[in-house]
Amino acid sequence: MEQIRVLIVDDEEEFASALAERMNLRGIHTEVSCRGEEALSRIDAHPPDVVLLDLMMPGLGGMEIMKRIRAKHPGIAIIFQTGHSIPDILGMEPASGLCDYLIKPAGIDEIIAKVRLCVRPRNNTS
Amino acid sequence: MLPSAWLAKLRFLDLPDGNSSPEMYRLVRTRIIVLMLLITVVPLTAMALINSHQYQDILKEEIVNPLLVLVNKTKHSIELFLAERLSTVSFICSAYTFEQLADEENLRRIFRVMKQEFGGFVDLGLIDENGLQVSYVGPYDLKGRNYSEQPWFHEMQIHGTYVSDVFMGFRRFPHIVMAVQHRGDREKAWTLRATIDTHKIDEMIAMMRLDAKTDGFLANRGGVIQTATKNYGGVLDKFALPLPPYSSEAAVIETSDQHGREILLAYTYFLHSPYVLMVAKPRGEVFRSWYTLKTEILYVFVACVAIILLVVFKLTGLLVERMQESEEKREAALKEIEHSHKLSSIGRLAAGVAHEINNPMAIINEKAGLMRDLIELGEKFDNREKFLGLTDAIIASVERCRSITHRLLGFARRMESQIELLDVNEILRETIGFLEKEALYRNIDVRLQLGDGLPAISSDRGQLQQVFLNLLSNSFAAVEDGGAVTVTSWDADADTLGIAIEDNGCGMSEETLKCFFEPFFTTKKRGHGTGLGLFISYGIIKRLGGRIDARSKEGQGTTMSVYLPKKSKAVKAG
Repeated sequence: MEQIRVLIVDDEEEFASALAERMNLRGIHTEVSCRGEEALSRIDAHPPDVVLLDLMMPGLGGMEIMKRIRAKHPGIAIIFQTGHSIPDILGMEPASGLCDYLIKPAGIDEIIAKVRLCVRPRNNTS
Repeated sequence: MLPSAWLAKLRFLDLPDGNSSPEMYRLVRTRIIVLMLLITVVPLTAMALINSHQYQDILKEEIVNPLLVLVNKTKHSIELFLAERLSTVSFICSAYTFEQLADEENLRRIFRVMKQEFGGFVDLGLIDENGLQVSYVGPYDLKGRNYSEQPWFHEMQIHGTYVSDVFMGFRRFPHIVMAVQHRGDREKAWTLRATIDTHKIDEMIAMMRLDAKTDGFLANRGGVIQTATKNYGGVLDKFALPLPPYSSEAAVIETSDQHGREILLAYTYFLHSPYVLMVAKPRGEVFRSWYTLKTEILYVFVACVAIILLVVFKLTGLLVERMQESEEKREAALKEIEHSHKLSSIGRLAAGVAHEINNPMAIINEKAGLMRDLIELGEKFDNREKFLGLTDAIIASVERCRSITHRLLGFARRMESQIELLDVNEILRETIGFLEKEALYRNIDVRLQLGDGLPAISSDRGQLQQVFLNLLSNSFAAVEDGGAVTVTSWDADADTLGIAIEDNGCGMSEETLKCFFEPFFTTKKRGHGTGLGLFISYGIIKRLGGRIDARSKEGQGTTMSVYLPKKSKAVKAG
């Protein structure tokens, strides 16, 4: 099975780097980007399978980034991460292709489970 | 018209800048009453006064005019009577010669005819140019009497005729003397003199048919009474009042007589004789009908004012009461809005704090997780097990923080109803989970008697949790350490689920039970409770379409029962 590629987009570098390292240890190829613009150009260069996207970021916000990814790469699964309560924004999401959400702090097992869950349908269809 | 100062004050009626003390309502009430009375009673009074004056004038005219006509008519009758008598004397004076009249036989015959045809004559005499009575017919012996020195004789020499004032004759009988002078071209001037009694004049005055209290009489221009009166003395007495100003037409003056009675004096002066005809009518008589009318007007006026007073007082009372009620309602509504606003602010604050804490928590979580991963995957070293334990403890603590912040976020979400299908038992278990620690510390026996196979209900998870948490907290606060709290759920009927939370704690008195659900009511110490818990719970359950009951006995414990509809009847939360 092909290795899953994940990109973490989060302005909290300490959090993102630690999480990426742990996911790498678990056999998921994970990269980190701390700024929205950089993340977008990196996605254009090497599209990942899943993007773990922080909702609240300086500069480009999570929603904006999601829209742009959707426009260019409809195959990429997106998981929101936020310290906020998610259900408020969930109501408007189904059409925009959001996969899932996580409320920080989330356990590593939960994160990996959700990532695998999001990737599987795509693998099945391809 | 209202002065501008008053108008400025009236703006106070617009009400109120938050200050709604009872004094203010009293003030408003008084102002409205005064104003309404002013605009009703003042015009009414003015109208009543004007009307009464007009009525008075009209009535006076209606009574005075006939009186004047009567006085005029009577004057003419009397004047005619006197003129007739004077003409008769004049005629005889012209028709007969001095010699014929000097013959007493002739004179007696003429006198008899006069008495027969005209009446009222008492005697008749002929006086020669020297004032000597030549012949005389009548009841007195006046033949040979000389009148040349008497004032009337001189006056007659000037005017040719003479009519005297009334005087008393020898028989104590009022008389009037008439004399006419014959002025022939060659003859010497001689005089025919006749006396008439005033009986006929009295009759004419009686013909006026005046009422018992009204006096009609003649006076001469010197103010001496000439005919009998009822109230002003007898014949030849002096009239007590000054004579009214001259008027040949009937006129009326208002005055008061010597007895102090208010009278209307109708009068007219005679043109050819020295008399004044007077009718004195007491004012009371004139205005008797007016007084009746005035009393009636007064009654109507008083009745109107009484009705106005009653209506104004009742209406204003009602108005101000309504005003006060609506004002109080408005204030209560404001308070409620303020309160829910406060709660939602707390919610937002809690959510903000939770979010801020969640980010560093996530970092701690990942760092500790990474440490653990590294230790697990790395080589064995001293204290490896201990390090693993330590990182696990950190991750467990993060998990605890997470549950707290998630609950705070949940609280924020609870501001709006979100109806979903729920298992009540699950919510109860979850809620009790929050209190497990406390139950453990205080050795409280929490018994669950949850009904099996209860249907899922549509309701709001967060709000139900809040209510159950509140009720459970109250129960925990009521029991001693080592007490028991029982949570029961059951299928109450086709549409309703029942949940009961029972404790064997201190219970409540009847008094406390009465204000149990009121806001800001608390039995807890100051600073330990807001007194809002049950109030909010009550509101939530009501919004969800259910109801909440409390049963309690002092010293034996309390049972709170919540009944929830199986299908959502939630009222949209405000």
